[in-house]
Amino acid sequence: MEHAPGERIATGVPGPAPRAPAPDAAPRISVRDLDFFYGSNQALRRITIDLPDRRVTGMIGPSGCGKSTLLRVLNRMYDLYPGQRAEGEVWMDGENILSPSLDLNLLRSRVGMVFQKPTPFPMSIYENIAFGVRLHERLSRSEMAARVEWSLTRAALWDEVKDRLGSPAAGLSGGQQQRLCIARSIAVRPEVILLDEPTSALDPISTLKIEELIDELKRDFTIVIVTHNLQQAARCADQVAFFYLGELVEAGPAAQIFTAPKQRRTQEYITGRFG
Amino acid sequence: MSATVAASLGRRRRRTAIVANTLSVAATVLALAMLAWILVTLLWLGLPGLHLSVFTTVTKAPGSNGGLANAIVGSLIQTALGTAIGTPIGLMVGTYLAEYAGRSALGEAVRFVSDILLSAPSILIGLFIYTVLVAPLGGFSGFAGAAALAVIVIPIVVRTTEDMLRLLPVSLREAAIALGAPRWRTIVFICYRAALDGLLTGVLLAVARVAGETAPLLFTSLGNSDYSGIGQAMASLPVTIYQYAASAFEDWVQLAWTGALLITLGVLAINLVARVVVRPR
Repeated sequence: MEHAPGERIATGVPGPAPRAPAPDAAPRISVRDLDFFYGSNQALRRITIDLPDRRVTGMIGPSGCGKSTLLRVLNRMYDLYPGQRAEGEVWMDGENILSPSLDLNLLRSRVGMVFQKPTPFPMSIYENIAFGVRLHERLSRSEMAARVEWSLTRAALWDEVKDRLGSPAAGLSGGQQQRLCIARSIAVRPEVILLDEPTSALDPISTLKIEELIDELKRDFTIVIVTHNLQQAARCADQVAFFYLGELVEAGPAAQIFTAPKQRRTQEYITGRFG
Repeated sequence: MSATVAASLGRRRRRTAIVANTLSVAATVLALAMLAWILVTLLWLGLPGLHLSVFTTVTKAPGSNGGLANAIVGSLIQTALGTAIGTPIGLMVGTYLAEYAGRSALGEAVRFVSDILLSAPSILIGLFIYTVLVAPLGGFSGFAGAAALAVIVIPIVVRTTEDMLRLLPVSLREAAIALGAPRWRTIVFICYRAALDGLLTGVLLAVARVAGETAPLLFTSLGNSDYSGIGQAMASLPVTIYQYAASAFEDWVQLAWTGALLITLGVLAINLVARVVVRPR
């Protein structure tokens, strides 16, 4: 990639607010005693976990274990659906994001999300990114152009699309679409990026690109990735959390979880005994 | 299973397939033949009367070389106005049903009423507008005709709007909302745009449907032998055809055929446009 990350910031577009590196990785989000319900069906039980700042937290576990549910709590996506509710506390920047009085649109500008299947909007590549930015900021044309370039560069997509920013995003390949979705998220300059199985619909090459991207992005963003792919969790994550039947069985440094898990169920899952 | 049983099963299945195929093709040919017959008849009987004067001269007494100009203009005005009134209402109701109502009691009630309206006999809609607009205001008018057509447009647009919005993947809405977009912005800028082709098709089909409606106009815009404003009784192609076709005058009957041809060609054109619109790009 020719464009150094953040290179374009000098043109008047601020990058993510510069923050001192956190050697001890203080938590960006702290989940405390979280219960989650789909109607009367409890999907998460007493979850307590810290998501360290500018680190990648990988969530693993068999289908239906609640990892995606937890992800959808962190940006209050569940609020869209009546009958779903969360109890407990989720702290971010000294604020409980489960508070009913919270401005959800503001929260979602701080906590971005990328989905399993690429979801390009039915508009041009440029507009796909500008749409999200316009929701939260008023930028001049040149500032917007700089922001679009900056986010596409950060998402390692700029060189592939710079000559066709005006063409429909639907014309991109699946892997490019997914990187566009990541660019769209970071263009809003969130603090946290939630990735819900972001590579499960992609080929191995595109998957590799996304994983390299995750490694690059964690310098500025706190990343949470849900994955069914244990190798992916091992490659990408600094911290790994293993969920089973709605409970957090174990969380810890990736190396420790994969080499010396403390819980027998974690051991069985990572060695392929079930899941 | 023995080989002979398998062979006889295979034969039976092939026979069934041949019978089903033949019946399907026959039904298709029959339907197409009817359509072709109508078109050929219209062209055969309508074309000879198609002169420039049909578009430039208003309807006149029998034997005085009248045209259909006022009826064409009246139809265009009433169809356009009816669509202009009915489309936004239908769009909003359809959006409510698809995006907000869900399975709520109000949503189900609105959906039910809209479906009833969709299949209501159009003469009833004419009578309804007569009762609420024409009688109280003391006269037939082009506006009342447009209002009757709007009532027909609404449920068509409601249905297509709801169906088209429901076809969109949930992930598209969630993706917009995950960026911090408010609900209305997600609907207007993402969902409408994604469903644009379908929404346009719904509107065009509604236009095609009301362009040929006669019954709702009989009690509302009535007809007029000259150009008129929307505050007065207004001529329209279908009503003129209805009056002329049953008359005893040869030139009126000819004009009725020509008018019928014009409406058919117009509706055909709208349907063709609708097909081009939904063609994947």
